[in-house]
Amino acid sequence: MKHLLKKIITGLFLLLLINPVKAQTDIDGVMMERGAFCVGPMYGHSSWKNYWEGTLKRDNANLGTVSTTMYNIMGNYGITNKLNVLFGLPYVKTKASAGQLKGMKGIQDLSLWIKWKAYSKKIGQGRLSLFAIGGYSLPASDYTSDFLPMSIGLESKNISVRGMVDYQRGSLFATVSGAYIRRSNIEIDRTAYYTTEMHYSNEVEMPDAASFNVRAGYRNKGAYAELVLDNWTTLGGFDMTRNNMPFPSNKMNATRIGFNGKYPMPFMPQLSVVGNVFTTVAGRNMGKATSFGGGLFYVIDFSKKEKKGSSTSEK
Amino acid sequence: MKKRYLLHTLLAFVLISSCSKDIIDRNMEFSALQPASLDINAGIWRPILLTGPTEFPVAAPIATTSPAYILQINEIKSFQANMTSAEKNAVKYWSAGAVLRWNEIMRELVAKHNVPPVNNPDGTYPFPSAANPLAYPLFPFANPPYAARAYAYVATAQYDALVAAWYYKKLYNRAAPYTVDATVNCLIPTSDLPSYPSEDAVVEGATVEILKLLFPGDQQFIQQKAEEHKRARLIAGANVRSELEAGEALGKSIAQKFVTRAKGDRAGATAGNQTLWTQLETDCIIRGEIPWISQESPKRPPMLPAFGKVNPWLFDSLTMVTTIRPAAPPSTSSQQFKDELAEIYNYSIKPTREQIRIAHFWADGVSTYTPPGHWNAVACEDFVKQNFSEVRWARNLGLLNMSLMDAAISCWDAKSFYFNPRPSQMDPRIKTITGLPNFPAYISGHSTFSAAAATILGHITPARVADYTAMAKEASLSRLYGAIHYRSDCEKGLETGNKVGAYAIARARTDGAE
Repeated sequence: MKHLLKKIITGLFLLLLINPVKAQTDIDGVMMERGAFCVGPMYGHSSWKNYWEGTLKRDNANLGTVSTTMYNIMGNYGITNKLNVLFGLPYVKTKASAGQLKGMKGIQDLSLWIKWKAYSKKIGQGRLSLFAIGGYSLPASDYTSDFLPMSIGLESKNISVRGMVDYQRGSLFATVSGAYIRRSNIEIDRTAYYTTEMHYSNEVEMPDAASFNVRAGYRNKGAYAELVLDNWTTLGGFDMTRNNMPFPSNKMNATRIGFNGKYPMPFMPQLSVVGNVFTTVAGRNMGKATSFGGGLFYVIDFSKKEKKGSSTSEK
Repeated sequence: MKKRYLLHTLLAFVLISSCSKDIIDRNMEFSALQPASLDINAGIWRPILLTGPTEFPVAAPIATTSPAYILQINEIKSFQANMTSAEKNAVKYWSAGAVLRWNEIMRELVAKHNVPPVNNPDGTYPFPSAANPLAYPLFPFANPPYAARAYAYVATAQYDALVAAWYYKKLYNRAAPYTVDATVNCLIPTSDLPSYPSEDAVVEGATVEILKLLFPGDQQFIQQKAEEHKRARLIAGANVRSELEAGEALGKSIAQKFVTRAKGDRAGATAGNQTLWTQLETDCIIRGEIPWISQESPKRPPMLPAFGKVNPWLFDSLTMVTTIRPAAPPSTSSQQFKDELAEIYNYSIKPTREQIRIAHFWADGVSTYTPPGHWNAVACEDFVKQNFSEVRWARNLGLLNMSLMDAAISCWDAKSFYFNPRPSQMDPRIKTITGLPNFPAYISGHSTFSAAAATILGHITPARVADYTAMAKEASLSRLYGAIHYRSDCEKGLETGNKVGAYAIARARTDGAE
């Protein structure tokens, strides 16, 4: 029972929507066991009325409230107890409550991660684990990035490397991680554009980004409750000028805090319900978004013959 | 062992990260201008405002044997001996052509300034002030009519200044520094064109003078470009200082005629006032039609509603009203109007990816060089392949930009005269895939600009007629796909633009350059 719950817990990290328009699932201190596959649908909704034009916080009666709805399929498979692969594929829909701009919709980016638990050791009363996570994402459809804030994504192909430290003592845990995201240039539908200077190209240089994440709370027997602090910082890029439109290579920053929870069904422990709420506390060239999400995850075990052995391999 | 893997992973990542993301702009790959013809007799081409090429006299150059000249030759040699890589780049950059580069600088200024002011807290809108250009809202708001006018004044002033320069070049027949002194290196293609007065400095002087009026808040940027331009000519060995000085002075003097015209062309009053805005609305209601209403929140006054009153270049205002102004659009109560509105609703429901691409390709909205800038970019990228002399470059861009400004005037005349509502005003279900312009629908500005440009460009480069026509048609349709214009707006826009372009062709045939 405990073993099953542990596995279900691992579904948790699938639900963390780091950026309202960008699903990320890699930031958690728990691994799927060898042969176990966790998969499920997620729903997410994010909206903002205020946004930061550069550093100036404002609203815009010609946009009203801009909302993003996301339907995501996510999964995680345990190649070994220490090596997991993950994926996410969201369908995204945007809408502005005022003004004339038409919302966009479509399949956004396919994300893939490899997550490696590189080190784990009992220290004092608890256990310290170190992780390395490599990620890659690319657009899964030919959507338009150059129509912000209505675009469903930014179109760049991203390579990320994240280092993560997790410490658990009893039912309490804390996880800290940081990532560098290398973003490819993108191609837009026009042949020239202005940033802080004129460019005669349809190619746009996308600045790289850094992500920092801290989470702490309760984690035990399949239940999960944590507070999360998340920061996304674009390393470069430029500010929107006064009353200008956003552009994919803007310096987009956001700091968000939120709560994240998960509960396994007592009658069917393979199935768990997850939910989260986030709010943006600081930002730049981005909406001051509030988001909520929820989903279901189901664990399928493809390694029945090893079940007994593996149940002891977990911490 | 594990640490080593981690190290390898990180190392691989660093390698991937170090790949260059630098973008090579198309305009940085233009090669040095090597005119196919010197157009040595361009001094007798018909100027636009000048009474003749000698209206502003240019004194004879100093003798190439004089000590002053030899000092100036030595200045070049000393620059060449101590050239930095930045200077080398500047020489290469400016070698593509003075008219070309200043046109690009203009486009950059327009894009920078093409942002509508945000509303005041009380729901009114501030207007930029030329007297205080650096206070918000920055002056100017370089919207399409403003931009069309700006491009036109710069291009026409450059043309007249170069016609005069060519007259004096032929008259004085001064050889280039590298011809006078074989030990002067020429870092750009050599030319038999007489180098006094310097055509580059003529263009620079005329442009800088006009830009003082049009972009008063950007003088530092403009001056820095001007200094770099002149210095590049010296370092290149293409001109001695006195050739630059004579050219710059000539350019500035001639530009004054254009500044005077600009100050009196009625553009200063084009924003209108509440009385005018109400009047346009009332007139429309009296005709039994539904008037345009701003769809912005708070409601913004229409963009430059009196721009139709500005003095055109290629015809007079009366001719515009009698022979260019299109017939009335379909009545808002007619079946045709309902059908056209339904067509736009259908485009708005489910745009294809290709329709979105076309709408965005031609949108040229906020923070861009506007449709007139787009057509300047199209023209320049074609002209660089044709090795025009500077004076022919200026003549061709002059014709293009007179067409574009007159297209703006004709189009804005129709917009204000008919004051026809946008599709999304008539059917609030219509959402747009490009920004909704804040002025009446009939006739489409993009269509008018594009047809005018395509017509005169097809005359200049006949081999490209079919391409230009197709581009204008696509630009026009892009406004249907964007769900911001009816089909009538686009079709009548193209017709009107073609009429404007025909006037430019008529001028081109008689200006002495063909």
